[in-house]
Amino acid sequence: MPPPEHSAIRRFLLARGNSAIADRVFRALMILCALSIFGIVVLIAWQLIERSQLSWQAFGFNFFWKTYIDPTTGLPSYWDPVNGYFSALPFVYGTLVSSLLSLLLAVPLAIGVAIFLTEMCPGLLRAPLAFLTELLAAIPSIIYGLWAVFVLVPLLRHYVNPFLIKSLGWTGFFDDSNPTGLGFFASAVILAIMILPIISSLTREVMTAVPHSQREAVLALGATRWEMIRMGVLRNARVGIVGGVILGLGRALGETMAVTMVIGNTPEIHRSLLANGASMASVIANEFTEAVTDMHLSALIEIGLALFIVTIIVNAIARLLVWAVTRGAPATQR
Amino acid sequence: MRQEFKTRTRLRGVVDKAATFLAVLSTLLVILPLVAIFIYLIIKGASSLNLDFFTKIPAPVGESGGGMANAIVGSVTLLALASLIGVPVGIGGGVYLAEFGRGTKLANAIRFTADVLNGVPSIVMGLAAYSLIVVPQHHFSAFAGGIALGIMMIPTICRTTEEMLLMVPHAVREAALGLGVPNWRSVISITVKTASPGIITGCMLAFARVAGETAPLIFTALGNDFWSTSLNEPIAALPLQIYVYAISPYDDWHRLAWAGALVLIVLIVLAVSLVRFVTSRGVLKGTS
Repeated sequence: MPPPEHSAIRRFLLARGNSAIADRVFRALMILCALSIFGIVVLIAWQLIERSQLSWQAFGFNFFWKTYIDPTTGLPSYWDPVNGYFSALPFVYGTLVSSLLSLLLAVPLAIGVAIFLTEMCPGLLRAPLAFLTELLAAIPSIIYGLWAVFVLVPLLRHYVNPFLIKSLGWTGFFDDSNPTGLGFFASAVILAIMILPIISSLTREVMTAVPHSQREAVLALGATRWEMIRMGVLRNARVGIVGGVILGLGRALGETMAVTMVIGNTPEIHRSLLANGASMASVIANEFTEAVTDMHLSALIEIGLALFIVTIIVNAIARLLVWAVTRGAPATQR
Repeated sequence: MRQEFKTRTRLRGVVDKAATFLAVLSTLLVILPLVAIFIYLIIKGASSLNLDFFTKIPAPVGESGGGMANAIVGSVTLLALASLIGVPVGIGGGVYLAEFGRGTKLANAIRFTADVLNGVPSIVMGLAAYSLIVVPQHHFSAFAGGIALGIMMIPTICRTTEEMLLMVPHAVREAALGLGVPNWRSVISITVKTASPGIITGCMLAFARVAGETAPLIFTALGNDFWSTSLNEPIAALPLQIYVYAISPYDDWHRLAWAGALVLIVLIVLAVSLVRFVTSRGVLKGTS
């Protein structure tokens, strides 16, 4: 990186005795702080790789998709710390099912909110509503979990689940084997509530970055407001919206506490969305302090490593997409 | 022909109305859980809040009463430790990005990494802190919890500091340098000072975010039913205590969990509103 051009006075000042040394030291310190961010990523990766060696050497790639047969019951079994075999398949499945289902619930709502706030909302309401959705993002996951356990789950148990079983039971995705109200569906609902603000605020950001001339051009051709939004705004912002959705997915994949409290925590795979399950993050939170054998700990850390790698990739893709839209957009520049 | 045009126009109007309706509906649907959460927190939390909650440690199983005094103090301790690590390093990184590294490849890479690190699940940070500190020490400790939270603060603070510093006009820097002030001095007492309200709000945001974190504390700070006397032993934390009480089978503990949640959310909302207030007043717009 070439140093910036300095003026003659600046050069003179920089060359003056102690300030030259102090400046260099200061600069080096600041670079060190900035480089620590790389350091943290490397440190996390190194620690997790080292501590998961035991389980990696014992199971290899089988760790993520092998199904074992329980010798006493003859049923498929995946995760048995007592008999010493570990397969992360049910957790990968639980994570994917709950986060994809939550995206399905959250994305249309988030885009609706963003459209309302940027294109339709009267100016007076805009700031308070935007503040409220941001507040939703500031609530800690433990409070969502608490609310889900005592309010959402009973609600699902008594009203929503019976309705789903009656109307959609024929698909096989909703059966009545689990009367608790916990499970994949409950965690997907709470996840949807949690990732909504992230998706909607990013969508809002890219939508405001669309230049006004685009809207005016479409309106000038006689389009209605919805046609203007669809053709002038959404079409221009779609890459950024996809980025926001992927960022929401990244959040959903790693969300721990709220999911742990409502998913049921059983290492099983069920077709029914109302069944109990477990996710990658929930099994770590739930079993880590109780794990006694080295292999059990190592297997849990390997799940953590997988979660780390997946979220890094997902977040990197999302950031690149959002940046591609907002960088250099006229509306965001001051 | 004319008839067809008319029906098409009417159809477009209907679609437009329907889209407006759906957008309003989704906004209402999103506000609904927020309102519900706050109503429940206030009703259930306020009825269980009393002086004991702030002054007593948890009662043994089976006895009623007790409070979360040790958890509140524990949370404050953990957050202080976290800020000790996160605030200086985060601000330093932000200063580099805004003052020295503008437009360089290194700065872009750091900015990108910080954004990506921000999305890494907190439980992974906890695992890293566990394997880095708890395993070699053979016991859980407040240090491990504080370091896990501190690491989580760095990327957030770094990015907000950078954004705030970028808003400081060049004339301010040039004026300082023109008076013969060394560069490091000008950065610390002119640029950073000018942007300090914004930087402080960035720190508050990061603070509010880690204040509610539970996952990384489960296997670093662990929690403690009594007062901790040293940073080298397990320590209680408010979110951790809420978790333990929420999944317990006792009604009395559920009440305490709601009260704890109310205290936590009041702290966080206060912090966020303060941020909102300071940034909306546009302290940075002028060159005070």
